[in-house]
Amino acid sequence: MNKVLMQGNRIIGEAAIRAGCRFYAGYPITPQNEIPEYMAERLPEVEGGVFIQSESEIAAIHMVIGASAAGVRAMTSSSSPGISLKQEGISSLAACELPAVIINMMRGGPGLGNISPSQGDYFQATRGGGHGGYRTIVLGPATVQEMADLTMDAFDLADQYRIPAMILADGMMGQMMEPVVFKEPKPRVYPESLMMRGAGEGKSKIIRGLILDPLEMEEHNWTLDRKYRVIAQSETRHEHYKTEDAELILVAYGTAARIAKGAIKRLREAGLRVGLFRPITLWPFPTNELREFAKKSENFLVFEMSTGQMLEDVRLALQGYARIGFHGRPGGVVPTPIELTNVVMHQYDRKGGVIEQYQ
Amino acid sequence: MKKVFERPKSMKKNIFHYCAGCGHSIAHRLIAEVIDELGIRGVLIGVLPAGCAVLAYNYFDVDMIEAQHGRGPATATGIKRALPDRVVFCYQGDGDLAAIGIAESFHAANRGENITVVFINNAVYGMTGGQMAPTSMLGQRTTTSPGGRKSLLDGYPIQVSEVFSLLPGTSYIERCTVNSPASILKAKKAIRKAFQCQIDGRGFSLVEILSPCPTNWKMTPIESCRWIDEVMSKTFPLGVIKDLPEIKKKGDKRHDG
Amino acid sequence: MMVKTLLSGFGGQGVLMMGHALAHGAMSAGYHVTYLPSYGAEVRGGTANCTIAVSNDEIASPIASEPDHLVVLNTPSLYTFQNRVARGGSLFLNSSIVSVESSRHDCRIYKIPASEIAEKIGNPRTANTIMMGAFLKVTGLVPSDIYLHSMEEVMGSKKKTIVEINRRAFAAGYDYLKESL
Ligand SMILES: Cc1ncc(C[n+]2csc(CCOP(=O)(O)OP(=O)(O)O)c2C)c(N)n1
Repeated sequence: MNKVLMQGNRIIGEAAIRAGCRFYAGYPITPQNEIPEYMAERLPEVEGGVFIQSESEIAAIHMVIGASAAGVRAMTSSSSPGISLKQEGISSLAACELPAVIINMMRGGPGLGNISPSQGDYFQATRGGGHGGYRTIVLGPATVQEMADLTMDAFDLADQYRIPAMILADGMMGQMMEPVVFKEPKPRVYPESLMMRGAGEGKSKIIRGLILDPLEMEEHNWTLDRKYRVIAQSETRHEHYKTEDAELILVAYGTAARIAKGAIKRLREAGLRVGLFRPITLWPFPTNELREFAKKSENFLVFEMSTGQMLEDVRLALQGYARIGFHGRPGGVVPTPIELTNVVMHQYDRKGGVIEQYQ
Repeated sequence: MKKVFERPKSMKKNIFHYCAGCGHSIAHRLIAEVIDELGIRGVLIGVLPAGCAVLAYNYFDVDMIEAQHGRGPATATGIKRALPDRVVFCYQGDGDLAAIGIAESFHAANRGENITVVFINNAVYGMTGGQMAPTSMLGQRTTTSPGGRKSLLDGYPIQVSEVFSLLPGTSYIERCTVNSPASILKAKKAIRKAFQCQIDGRGFSLVEILSPCPTNWKMTPIESCRWIDEVMSKTFPLGVIKDLPEIKKKGDKRHDG
Repeated sequence: MMVKTLLSGFGGQGVLMMGHALAHGAMSAGYHVTYLPSYGAEVRGGTANCTIAVSNDEIASPIASEPDHLVVLNTPSLYTFQNRVARGGSLFLNSSIVSVESSRHDCRIYKIPASEIAEKIGNPRTANTIMMGAFLKVTGLVPSDIYLHSMEEVMGSKKKTIVEINRRAFAAGYDYLKESL
């Protein structure tokens, strides 16, 4: 086992290259600058590797569209304001059914916001983000190890479903170092027939998003929708932690899930039976899996570094099945495990029930 | 006793957060002095960039709005069109103006928006940690051009002032620097002239300032000043690049019918 | 066991390198570890700090709201962070630069004239390594040999002279403090 200690942002760069990414375009923005910096150094060293510092995020995503159409594994990365700019291109990737990997190291917002870790882009990421009605696969790593694993998986999923896949992490995950072991990448499965590399003697291809005939466009919308339903059926992932006997289950992803684990240790020491449900795929959201847990526990507490976005997906899964509470810290505040511990202690009794005055 | 040096009135009493040897603070002060001298503090609106100068409202005691990265000239256009009798200036870095915001800048210039742009060219992205800018020198090592900028891969340093001077909408463009007392005085004159140009209704004015960034150039402040003379100003020659006379109301070619 | 250490100083004093080496050492010694640097506009040309969490168990948060140990290489860092240190924790001061006294009376305070020692050794840039020598003597967080190995790996310097002088610096810091926890 070859453990390395690397910063999250650089890990993503390395994992992408190991997964066969040979094209990267991006524009500097904190807190993800180490991704383009790593790619600038490493990509030219690998055969066929292309690094471009684009003039804007808009340009970067459109460069990725080109590389992807040409059949190259392509990636771009940014942080919240830059991801907003990329939405036009992400919508095009979805429309044209092109694979690509997009990294979002979220920071506090809205607007220019700040550069502190945050989870305010959940809606944008999981609802498609751009115009026209589409989905992107969204993966939410909670450790640097998972950043490596999920980045590799994102390329495979993007190819398999010809869809943009996004890693939704935050500034803290990008900046911190943790030991990582790289897994063996899977060989790429992506038919050459899909790659636009000149017709040669054969039939020429078109890749397009413009479909003027409404009926034809409708059919395209339904085709995409069928694909999304297959993904929703077969690609959900989650982790559960100390849920066997839990009277209260916390629901959190990414950095918030780490903090929740810390809180759970303290709470259990204090005799409260608390567990964690952690969605790893944010879209597709593990709705059915979460609902199963409502058979075990009546009480759930959603914990996010936002004013409550994943909360809506949890409600869709659990409304009518269980009681749902919420604790959120938006704006770039990273709450401590102690804070969350106190929140639970103050609001819940030993059986995980809501203390009366809170009801 | 006679005071010969004091804080400009349009400057707040805050200490700059800029690194030692950075040119932003000098540029700020020059703009503030000009604002005082022209007596325009009350009618002035500043548009700030994403970049090291993002917090400049901590220093300028004038109305300021912060634009999204690169969109300053568009925001400034909106303000100026809505309030044509105000003085509007737009403060931009080289990444802000010449990369992500080149379209906004170019078109504001081409429309001849009657605004003033102060363009800080430090040949890097300062705020995000010294990545390559569109104005980085060929061969310049930055965090995203670790082997030095190569024209084949990254293109050439963009001479914004020269390019913009070709647009009929622009009226006054000068390139200066702030690496010596003499050059600082010159830069101040240029800024003053650019604002005057706007006040006289002559259209788009721009002052480009070659500005030292010791932190990201990995030089001492003194080496940085020298580098501007010895390297940067070879690619970006100093001087007045365009200075159109005042628009004569009748028969001026710039007024198409 | 869970130990959080905060290292802080001016940019350029080697604070981040020191933390990276400590984290690498902890990894090599078989612990769970996280390393989190300060980042963004506030660190350009100004101060630098990082937090290292070392544990037998999964680490929830890489942030230290109450670090067990604080290592400071300049005075502003002492002012900024001393009141965060957990009761009964320890403070390591580069006393050549930090001339003021800490206001914490419930913590152990170790003063190491690291810059002077570094000057004597012949390389003023090794003050950070001297601090780490003293830090590891007292805390024993990572065995010295493992730390030295990690330090060399992180510095990535193949130059014998640099490796040598840092080894000497580490030993000087280690020997400066008599006591260990
Ligand atoms: C859409 C978007 N992308 C990226 C950023 C991050 N960002 C902030 S400032 C900056 C570059 C600043 O460089 P420059 O304009 O040259 O100004 P300087 O900092 O050197 O003064 C970048 C890339 C952002 N704020 N918004």
